Amino acid sequence: MKRKDIVIIGAGPAGIRAAQTLVAYGLQPCLIDESLRGGGQIYRRQPDNFKRSPKKLYGFEAGKAVALHSTLDRLAQDIDYRPQTLVWNAENRVLDTLTEGVADQLAYRQLIVATGATDRILPVQGWTLPGVYSLGAAQIALKFQACAIGERVVFAGSGPLLYLVAYQYAKAGAKVLAVLDGAPFSAQTRALPALIRQPLTLAKGVYYRSWLSAHGIPVHQGVQLERIEGEHRVGSVSWRSGQQTHSLDCDAVAFAHALRSETQLADLLGCAFSWSVLNRAWLPTRDSEGRSSVDGVYLAGDGAGILGADAAEMAGELAALTLLADTGHTVDTRRVATLKRKLAAIERFRHGLETAFPFPQDWAARTADNVIICRCEEVTAGDIRQTVAQGHWEINRVKAMCRVGMGRCQGRMCGLAACEIVAQSCGRELSGIGRLRGQAPIKPLPFGLETER
Amino acid sequence: MALLKRLAEKHRATLPFTLDGQPASGLQGDTLLTAVLTAGDYLRGSDFSAEPRAGFCLMGACQDCWVKLEDGRRVRACSTLLEAGQVVSREPGRRS
Repeated sequence: MKRKDIVIIGAGPAGIRAAQTLVAYGLQPCLIDESLRGGGQIYRRQPDNFKRSPKKLYGFEAGKAVALHSTLDRLAQDIDYRPQTLVWNAENRVLDTLTEGVADQLAYRQLIVATGATDRILPVQGWTLPGVYSLGAAQIALKFQACAIGERVVFAGSGPLLYLVAYQYAKAGAKVLAVLDGAPFSAQTRALPALIRQPLTLAKGVYYRSWLSAHGIPVHQGVQLERIEGEHRVGSVSWRSGQQTHSLDCDAVAFAHALRSETQLADLLGCAFSWSVLNRAWLPTRDSEGRSSVDGVYLAGDGAGILGADAAEMAGELAALTLLADTGHTVDTRRVATLKRKLAAIERFRHGLETAFPFPQDWAARTADNVIICRCEEVTAGDIRQTVAQGHWEINRVKAMCRVGMGRCQGRMCGLAACEIVAQSCGRELSGIGRLRGQAPIKPLPFGLETER
Repeated sequence: MALLKRLAEKHRATLPFTLDGQPASGLQGDTLLTAVLTAGDYLRGSDFSAEPRAGFCLMGACQDCWVKLEDGRRVRACSTLLEAGQVVSREPGRRS
């Protein structure tokens, strides 16, 4: 088995800054990333034969994206950088990896887990139709492949990504028919005092919103996406505004309600989890300097709670500095203090965002029995409610009984929604129905793995 | 009928491939998902209803964009780059 002192999982904003920090202190970490080219999702890179400028791809964030990518390009020559590598299991200081069909094992002393996030999905009728994508997916289609998800696109859901992606689509020449924001305008006004703490971020959000209106793109606030219909692909979308239902013909829909953390590896590593009211999710516990509950395992970025890309860069650097300090290096304590202060400020801003884009508390109650929750196994809200009616309320038990969350995605797309349905139908708190446990392999593996020793 | 619409980067080398036994083409730098969905409108049939699916997350998480290659391997179309001459097939799925 190969051995490395320090391994970082994930080459997004957190992982790259962590690697850079370790290199600055003379160490050579191994940086593992599942994607073809690093950068993470929000700063996803296009293939190297594409020619669009960073400004075109990343807009206001072009400077940050370029800085991060060039840092990775420089580091890649000096460290053991492994793109296209999946870590599918982690226990007892050994990682199981898969690189282009070849399995391997890697032992480590210290580990920084920077596994990022995916969209948080609250299913609606018709969400499995071709032409329906997550907001993150719509953005990746554009940034990574220069494609729109359709000819006539509707954006729906909630969260900062909603307006950003709609704006990016319209700016790139796609036809955006409407933006359906689940949050009422009053929520955004209420959130202003907290949001004003990060005036630049607030200004960008306001800019996207007003740009859309100025360009004649209808933005409907305080409306609920109700159903997506079509024969074999998206044909129309309908939403509810108060007592009225509206409908619009379109051929693509992108929707999500903010983001959720990817926590499977932290789970397999044995990290303690605690309930996060802000994220409505169980998250691996991290202290203010990035330590998990497990000796030698550090957590950075959105994989341990959603704070966004800027915070991820800081958390990556902070976790690396903490790791260095814990292993006997003398680190710049002023820098540590600065990072902690800035992260705390972003966390306060995050509370403001939660007020501006509140979670739709009534989602579970208004979701009809025939809505598919688990797209892998086609388990409906009604199937879950029936399981609860039989007396089951613990989420892993419910999974065992009706297979929700048991499919190939292992609950990444449906897990949180399934928990909402269970909690609503058994009348318990969302935090009181248990935590969906991760299982190895955390993503499907091909049969007949080759191994190299 | 295409699902995805190309907005830019249209002047790239053309790569021929085979889709369900028919000749098809994509552009260099396309993922399999892009190459298939700029020509057609689905990637696979679901395992329980055979209803068409065309991926969902595009970041390797949802596992709903699997297609089959000539050697029998199943790959995620969203994270596999198209290569010239590839033989790609879409599985119809099953009805339960």
